[in-house]
Amino acid sequence: MKNIYSIFIRELKSYFISPIAYVILTVFLLLSGYFFYTVLSWFLQYSIQMQANPYGQPPPVNVNLMMMRPLFLNMAIIAVFMIPMITMRLIAEEKKTGTLELLMTSPITPMQWILGKYLSGFILYASMITLSFIPIFLLFLFGNPEFWPVISGYIGLLFLGGAFLSLGLIVSSLTENQIIAATVSFFLFLLLWVIDWIADSLSYTMGSVIKYLSIVSHFDDFAKGIIDTSNIVFFLSFIIFGIFLTYRSIDSIRWRI
Amino acid sequence: MISVENLTKYYGIKKAVDNITFSVKKGEILGFLGPNAAGKTTTMRIITCYLSASSGTVRVAGYDIFENPIEVKKRIGYMPENPPLYTDMTVSSYLKFVGGIKGLSGKKLNERVNEVMKVAAVEDVKNRVTGKLSKGYRQRVGLAQAIIHNPEILILDEPTAGLDPKQIIETRELIKSLAGQHTIVVSTHILPEVSMTCDRVLIINEGKIVAEDTIEDLTKKIRGSETILMEINGPKNEIKEKLEKIEGVAEVKVQDTKDGGLHKYHIESKPSFNIRKELAKTVVNSDWGLEEMRTISLSLEDIFLKLTTKEEEVQN
Ligand SMILES: Nc1ncnc2c1ncn2[C@@H]1O[C@H](COP(=O)(O)OP(=O)(O)OP(=O)(O)O)[C@@H](O)[C@H]1O
Ligand SMILES: [Mg+2]
Repeated sequence: MKNIYSIFIRELKSYFISPIAYVILTVFLLLSGYFFYTVLSWFLQYSIQMQANPYGQPPPVNVNLMMMRPLFLNMAIIAVFMIPMITMRLIAEEKKTGTLELLMTSPITPMQWILGKYLSGFILYASMITLSFIPIFLLFLFGNPEFWPVISGYIGLLFLGGAFLSLGLIVSSLTENQIIAATVSFFLFLLLWVIDWIADSLSYTMGSVIKYLSIVSHFDDFAKGIIDTSNIVFFLSFIIFGIFLTYRSIDSIRWRI
Repeated sequence: MISVENLTKYYGIKKAVDNITFSVKKGEILGFLGPNAAGKTTTMRIITCYLSASSGTVRVAGYDIFENPIEVKKRIGYMPENPPLYTDMTVSSYLKFVGGIKGLSGKKLNERVNEVMKVAAVEDVKNRVTGKLSKGYRQRVGLAQAIIHNPEILILDEPTAGLDPKQIIETRELIKSLAGQHTIVVSTHILPEVSMTCDRVLIINEGKIVAEDTIEDLTKKIRGSETILMEINGPKNEIKEKLEKIEGVAEVKVQDTKDGGLHKYHIESKPSFNIRKELAKTVVNSDWGLEEMRTISLSLEDIFLKLTTKEEEVQN
């Protein structure tokens, strides 16, 4: 436990010593603010149009589906862009600079330092997500949105990010080049994102297997305000599997080099 | 303290370490001497559990490196060829981090950080970022991290590589001062370095151990004797007898050639005798036909030459 914590703290400090944490946080804040603004203005325009409807009573507008869901989907897409920047250095940098030799010859198990690194990435990601709550908080001040769908959306974002972080960690353990790590992670994320388009063109059984892997469909429920245990199971197994594969990849370094 | 048995390591199909066996006693300083690509680093990486071996066993303080890596790692302080520094950390926070993952904590950790900074003479740069340090200071921080948990065993991979002469001397002094409390294995290209710091030396070349001895004996062996090859036309037994009588000759071996009367004689001298002149005189005076005469260089000598030239480069 102490070992995990030592690694965790070092990694977190390292993010904030370098400009990378600030870049990630700022870019995310700007992008999510911008999307919040566009979604909000679109939503306002739509409501005003509905109010002005000459054919009597407008249908009730659904804040969750019409505003929160696109907002969370947008944030998820930004996450796809930002997470490779969080994970790229985690292991690749240690391989490059030779500090991996220090970790591997210290009385600490690979699982401990992998977990420490994963957690530091996760905390940076979580703080990034938290920033996007500022505009939503304004919405709570001046409007009256439902509380639970917002919570569910954030839980979804945490799970989604957790899954992508574990995938990014595997990729980072396979190379010593950070740029390659970031690029490959990014393409894998995109692939997982669009995988259900591919599924549509496949046979039913193949299609449904592929569909199950589609991160978006599992995330979409959260964005709609539905917390479904099967989605939680999906994300948790994804994360655990990713960390396990990273462990195997690290373990095999001893045999490969 | 360390016992290595029949250790072999392949990188793909390349054999980097070839069936080596040796052991290091408690409190001893063992020098690991060999030219580039001899397999020094590879062997050290296996002992420190960084690499796996292809075959063979290694025991450190009684623990097998494959079965009990954590126990082994607790007892070893390792300084890799390139100091494993986190270039964004200051010296003191780096040492604190390393101490932490080596199992120290709290007051003890702070104490040790201050102690090793003193021992490795890096106190004056303790608040500098390690990435901005000079090579010499980085090397010292590398040494400081190796001793932070006061390990029984120190494994130092070319601790003086890339340093200027003054720093080399300081580092050697430092290593000597660590002797006694620690069992040390130190690798180097440089022969005199071994004789200055180590009790015993192991010469390794192309993955094999080519010599293992105390410093004095090894030096004697190599400086002392030489083998001379002569091809002489004449009566075999008489020649052998006469050559053996010459002062300073230790042994004469005869080898037949295709040509009936011609034989090859391998003549080994006793340590520090120059027998060449006498040999030539005897052959000429006896009126035998001398076809060839030359010194056979030992393979060990070859290695030695490679090694000794390095030190001159350092001093220039
Ligand atoms: N990761 C690796 N992959 C493939 N071959 C390697 C690897 N590391 C070392 N080798 C090869 O193994 C052999 C032994 O290398 P090693 O680094 O152990 O030598 P060394 O004695 O430490 O040399 P030097 O004095 O240059 O540090 C060399 O031929 C080297 O090319
Ligand atoms: Mg080496």
